[in-house]
Amino acid sequence: MKRTLTPYAALLPMFVTVLVGYIGSAVWTLGMSMTASRTFPSSRFIGLAQYQRLFDNERWMLSLHNLAVYGLLFVVACLVIGFLLAVFIDQNVSGEGVLRTVFLYPYAMSFVATGLVWQWLLQPGDGIDSAVRALGWRDFRLDWIVDQDMAIYTVVIATVWQASGLVMALMLAGLRGVDPEIWKAARLDRIPAWRVYLQIVLPMLWPTVATVLLLLATAVVKLYDAVVAMTQGGPGTASEVPAKFIMDHLFLRSNVGLASAGAVVLLVPVLALLAPYAYARSRRAAA
Amino acid sequence: MSLHPQGVAQSLPAAAGEQAPARPRSRRWRPARIGIYAFLSTAALFFLLPLYVMIVTSLKSMDEIRGSGIFALPLAATLEPWRQAWSTVCTGAACEGLRTGFRNSVAITVPSTLLPILIGAVNGYALSFWRPRFANLLFGVLMAGAFVPVQVMIYPLVRVMALAGVFGSLPAIVLVHLVFGMPMMTLLFRNYYCSVPQELFQAARVDGAGFWRIFIRIMLPMSLPIIVVAAIIQVTGVWNDYILGLVFAGRENLPMTVQLNNVINTTTGTRLYNVNMAATILTALVPLTLYFASGRWFVRGIAAGAVKG
Amino acid sequence: MANLNLRKLNIILGGKNIIRDLDLQVEPGEFLVLLGPSGCGKSTLLHSIAGLVDADSGAIEIGGRDMTGADPSDRGIGMVFQSYALYPTMSVEDNMSFGLRIAGTPKDEIRRRVTHAAEMLQLDALLSRKPSQLSGGQRQRVAIGRALVRQAQVFLFDEPLSNLDAKLRAELRRELKLLHQKLGSTMIYVTHDQVEAMTLASRIVVMEKGQVQQIGTPLEVYERPANRFVAGFLGSPAMAFVDGEVDGAGRFSAGELALVPGAACCAAQVTDRAVVLGVRPEHVAIRADGALSGTVSLVEPMGNHQVVWIRCGAHTLASLVHDDGAWTPGQAVRFAVDANRVSLFDPQHGNRL
Repeated sequence: MKRTLTPYAALLPMFVTVLVGYIGSAVWTLGMSMTASRTFPSSRFIGLAQYQRLFDNERWMLSLHNLAVYGLLFVVACLVIGFLLAVFIDQNVSGEGVLRTVFLYPYAMSFVATGLVWQWLLQPGDGIDSAVRALGWRDFRLDWIVDQDMAIYTVVIATVWQASGLVMALMLAGLRGVDPEIWKAARLDRIPAWRVYLQIVLPMLWPTVATVLLLLATAVVKLYDAVVAMTQGGPGTASEVPAKFIMDHLFLRSNVGLASAGAVVLLVPVLALLAPYAYARSRRAAA
Repeated sequence: MSLHPQGVAQSLPAAAGEQAPARPRSRRWRPARIGIYAFLSTAALFFLLPLYVMIVTSLKSMDEIRGSGIFALPLAATLEPWRQAWSTVCTGAACEGLRTGFRNSVAITVPSTLLPILIGAVNGYALSFWRPRFANLLFGVLMAGAFVPVQVMIYPLVRVMALAGVFGSLPAIVLVHLVFGMPMMTLLFRNYYCSVPQELFQAARVDGAGFWRIFIRIMLPMSLPIIVVAAIIQVTGVWNDYILGLVFAGRENLPMTVQLNNVINTTTGTRLYNVNMAATILTALVPLTLYFASGRWFVRGIAAGAVKG
Repeated sequence: MANLNLRKLNIILGGKNIIRDLDLQVEPGEFLVLLGPSGCGKSTLLHSIAGLVDADSGAIEIGGRDMTGADPSDRGIGMVFQSYALYPTMSVEDNMSFGLRIAGTPKDEIRRRVTHAAEMLQLDALLSRKPSQLSGGQRQRVAIGRALVRQAQVFLFDEPLSNLDAKLRAELRRELKLLHQKLGSTMIYVTHDQVEAMTLASRIVVMEKGQVQQIGTPLEVYERPANRFVAGFLGSPAMAFVDGEVDGAGRFSAGELALVPGAACCAAQVTDRAVVLGVRPEHVAIRADGALSGTVSLVEPMGNHQVVWIRCGAHTLASLVHDDGAWTPGQAVRFAVDANRVSLFDPQHGNRL
């Protein structure tokens, strides 16, 4: 069978996309982060000065802090809730299809819609807190969304509500792949179910957990829409996140250089996560 | 020890499948079973709450909202908020309601689904059957790109579009969706074609068929299941997109999500919560309907994408 | 060592009565094989003995104690599954001791039992390995070891060799037989492979569609099958069946094939009726002085023997030949059938006459 060039030609769009859309833009952004670009790209090279300004910027540091707090809470909550939901659904419950539909539908909604609904729910005076007060707890007040220190937690609630269903779906698929004879053997050994899940099944699910962790972590880094819809980064800049900082500085505050530096910094944790993941995958593929 | 010439049992219908039930039924679980259902119902309530509130709020008048609690059912249900959300709310400069946004979203979503699926299919096909040199490396970089935040690439893409003179137009947004949708689409099709036996492909080559013929005549017709999955994923992703539409679509083509945010977060004066909720439901309607209609396909798509990704 | 007693056992699954009024007694130290095709209910029966499937009525006694409603872990049984079901993330030692640790057995007792089992099964060197680092045979031994440390009275095997390739299967089969000789425990083994059944069993229970067809030693089941199903299931190449008639003098004929069945083959003298004759290939001999004649249709060389297919009128019989004679298709031959070793079956019910 003779060699043909057609596959290469067919893959041209992919090649152009990767080269220009991904690698090219990333390199360009990297370049701009080292220039004094403002509204438009400039070619005045200023080394790492933008990075310095970045880390002197209070708003940026706050956004990093918020992202760290948010990230930790989001990932842990999604993992725990998603895993528990999957385990409980896996117990031969009736109405499994309905339950799965209920837990997963939030994922079909956009981040914007999610943010807006939860903004309404957590509105002090109109939302949940007024309903609770009407039930009798006169002093109950849920004003996190307008509280500088608590605003970021409202974003956690909204996004965990949206993403837990996805974690549940992935974990459930993983659970279903466990050899059912393991369960029989465990039953013979009289091992209580919770121990089977914790000491046998969960370690077996490590690849699924790793995938879920990767997906969740990248979602954390990309957090933008939900914040814009829910709090607009507020009150003030209390719930600022890096992605929003970058977007604001690119398009509103006309500081492309600074924003690019921020984008590069945001890239670092992503690469830090991808590298071991890719390494582990290639080792497993070679094995 | 005796012979049983007649067999001990009387005549019998055929036995059910050989395997005993996969998960042994345990009698010890009675009390714990209640706990399970309790947990699951509580969780279900937490998940359904926002949907309930959305629907209920969108059917009330503003007086009712101010008067009653957020969870109360509407006393005098009205579709007026929906009408307003659809045709009269102000989305920035114009006050035409969300229907323009809906039209825009459709105009964006259709090509932004068809094109990435087509190209993803060709990519997946070429990668899994033809395996050109360096293709796997290319694919690896593409997949890595899927995890990179969009902010890293967005400004250069803006400049490129501007240079090409298409910035702020429908082609621009479609092109951008193509770029950012390619990793997932390619992954889906590649994994799918990897599960197709190589022998099928080899037989076609022995028969003398070339790259495009095998693709169009053999592989594509076989790909219906994965095309459905890809379509669901892409339609949901594109329709729900905010940031790309905001930046690249241009003022005349803003998708529904952008307009929704404009309606709710940038209106001055009294906030019409009922209209806001109606608007939110309208925006979420398409992907939610798709979700409820497609059921298992949706889950299959998640599993297919995430398992290898 | 225990005996196992099943009385009027009934199992209904998915609305279907899979096992009906089953009686079975297993003597201590027996190796009992439940043999049958897929769907015959043998695995369900095994699972009910283990307690993983509830019986709807009837009694299960193990070691003289009623275990019908008992938990699987209280029945004094150990089970080896088709996939071995070893806990993949635990070492061999942890796999064997996990159940004991959960039960709160004192540490030195655990160590004693694990060491004893490991010695018996030659697993001493492998105790710290994970299942993925073991060969198929080693995994089988670990699975048995798990049952051993529980000091089980009865060992249950659910088609443990089905997932293996032919060579490994034969090797592990022999290991299993040696193990049974060494341990002397009661073992109940499920398989669809008649070779495994013949070589391992002290008694075979042949099952089909939830009914027991025959219980007997391998030799009994092979040489005097109770019905047509058992006759056709055991033996390779399979027994040949020929529809024909027996006349008033007890002479069988089916076209060109005719012979007088020996007295030893049937319970009582058979005359004047339609019958089905069953002949095994090893009882068909190609001899120049044979009473019957036919033509060779196919020759299958097997290395240490040959299978020669002979066409006689409308019927085809296989003949197992141990010498190196060369036969060609189309060749005319004379052959003889050992009339004392044939079987006669009722054409309608398939039962042995």
